[in-house]
Amino acid sequence: MLTQLSASELGRKLAAREVSAVEVTQAHLDRISAHDGDLGCFLHVDAEGALAAAKSAQETLDKGEGGPLTGVPIALKDNMSTTGVPTTCASKILEGYVPVFDATVVKKLKDSGVVILGKTNLDEFAMGTSTENSAYKLTRNPWDKERSPGGSSGGSCAAVSAELAPLALGSDTGGSIRQPASLCGIVGFKPTYGRCSRYGLIAFGSSLDQIGPLTRTVEDAALISEVITGHDPLDSTSLKSPAIASANLKSGSLKGVKIGLPEEMFSDAIAPGVRKAVDEAIAALKAEGAEFKSVSLPSIQYGVTTYYIIAPAEASSNLARFDGIRYGPRWEGSGHIDVVAKTRGKGFGHEVKTRIMIGTYALSAGYYDAYYIRAQQVRALMIQEFDQALKDTEVLLAPTSPTVAFKLGELSDNPMALKLLDYCTIPANLGGMPSLSLNCGFSEGLPVGLQLTGARMQDERLLQLAYGVERALPNATGRPQLP
Amino acid sequence: MARLARLELDEDEVVAFQGELNALLGHFMDIQGIDVSNVEAQAHAVSLQNIWAEDFPWDSLPRELALKNARVSRAGLFVVPAIIED
Repeated sequence: MLTQLSASELGRKLAAREVSAVEVTQAHLDRISAHDGDLGCFLHVDAEGALAAAKSAQETLDKGEGGPLTGVPIALKDNMSTTGVPTTCASKILEGYVPVFDATVVKKLKDSGVVILGKTNLDEFAMGTSTENSAYKLTRNPWDKERSPGGSSGGSCAAVSAELAPLALGSDTGGSIRQPASLCGIVGFKPTYGRCSRYGLIAFGSSLDQIGPLTRTVEDAALISEVITGHDPLDSTSLKSPAIASANLKSGSLKGVKIGLPEEMFSDAIAPGVRKAVDEAIAALKAEGAEFKSVSLPSIQYGVTTYYIIAPAEASSNLARFDGIRYGPRWEGSGHIDVVAKTRGKGFGHEVKTRIMIGTYALSAGYYDAYYIRAQQVRALMIQEFDQALKDTEVLLAPTSPTVAFKLGELSDNPMALKLLDYCTIPANLGGMPSLSLNCGFSEGLPVGLQLTGARMQDERLLQLAYGVERALPNATGRPQLP
Repeated sequence: MARLARLELDEDEVVAFQGELNALLGHFMDIQGIDVSNVEAQAHAVSLQNIWAEDFPWDSLPRELALKNARVSRAGLFVVPAIIED
């Protein structure tokens, strides 16, 4: 079946004209029709637009032109601006909003002939770790439909895992690419902060947000990263560096590679089954010649607090733009402030309101130094510790998530437990490091993710090592069985 | 806090948020004890300063597109509720 193929395999078949771009797109649209009613991955499927883009990609391929992903379909998290296609951030406050411009990543995908299938579900404004905070629908984990796919890029991850799309994009502010990738058994990659333009990504925490790929293989993650990254003058935090190159992906070896194991990420909070799968993976990598070294990064224990001050502070500022005046629904009232407060009170969901108020509090006079400035100092401390650890080692390895996929509703009454799921992923956002999750095994029949984090700007090397790790763990493959 | 953040909450929400926000802020006390006296606050992972754009005119969003998603517009302008009361 075409939908079982990886993006790179599809790309090769398309370039060799063994299959047409329209056939590939139609196969994925058919699978979405068959399964998305159950899974709830998509908020909007753009069948018409996808088939038109596939036809256009085929014309390119027929001329013998195009790149390795021309004609390959992709799903986009619904917080990336797409001209003419609704973009809601899974929020009522953007119901009916149809962007009039493309995010830079969307433009790059279109320029490369990648076919956009539609927009996927997420926690409202990417705030959450279960995709249960969506104002529109639940997304179910394809491995067990009673369980969450993780979040916030839950729709994108479930879609790739269930073979509704070979590729997807997500965004990662505190782990929102890597944690759901781990829970869905796929590859999720957050590039170095600044390598992928944030222009047109609806902002949550501007110093932390980064767009990245969700794929079923490391090779696919490298290929799509090459398409979406590179300097963008429209994003002032975009680094002046070229796109992530995939050319040397397969040329590395794990022999003699120094891998750090952060002690604080192997605490008792890690579920025994997760620990076991990660330990087995470490043994397999040792057998390939990798050298392991324990490292201590004490400030990791303050990562969740630091993040839950800085990210809401930035969010409270970013989300001030949603006032019902220029876009989105408006709830009427008496005078400007009343209209804005009513619109925001009705339009935002519970978690978003929580974070806006935490951020407002942390930035308010009298609390600013004790919360916001102090969190930034802890952030600086953490960055120093990671930079030091990554001088002695090439990459840091840890579980991505302390647990496998949890039952829907299981943690919804316990906001702090949900926030602790980001314990291992948050430091890479605070430090801007590239970080990738890939499946390393199973516990209770559910996937377990392993996280690799490298030094800033070492994206190519991180992908190369991840490719080696993927080859060393042949038993970690497998796809969920859908009826 | 809700007033400052321009969020109108109903009474049930006010009660619920009081409990939740106090609990979260309680958790966040853990960073108060760390010695950061010699650490400079860092707002960004990468130190970026003075990122200037080239100063040349380029295409901006046409007015009709900018107004396309507005609930109420008139004469090429956004219609805003009264800011200064009579």
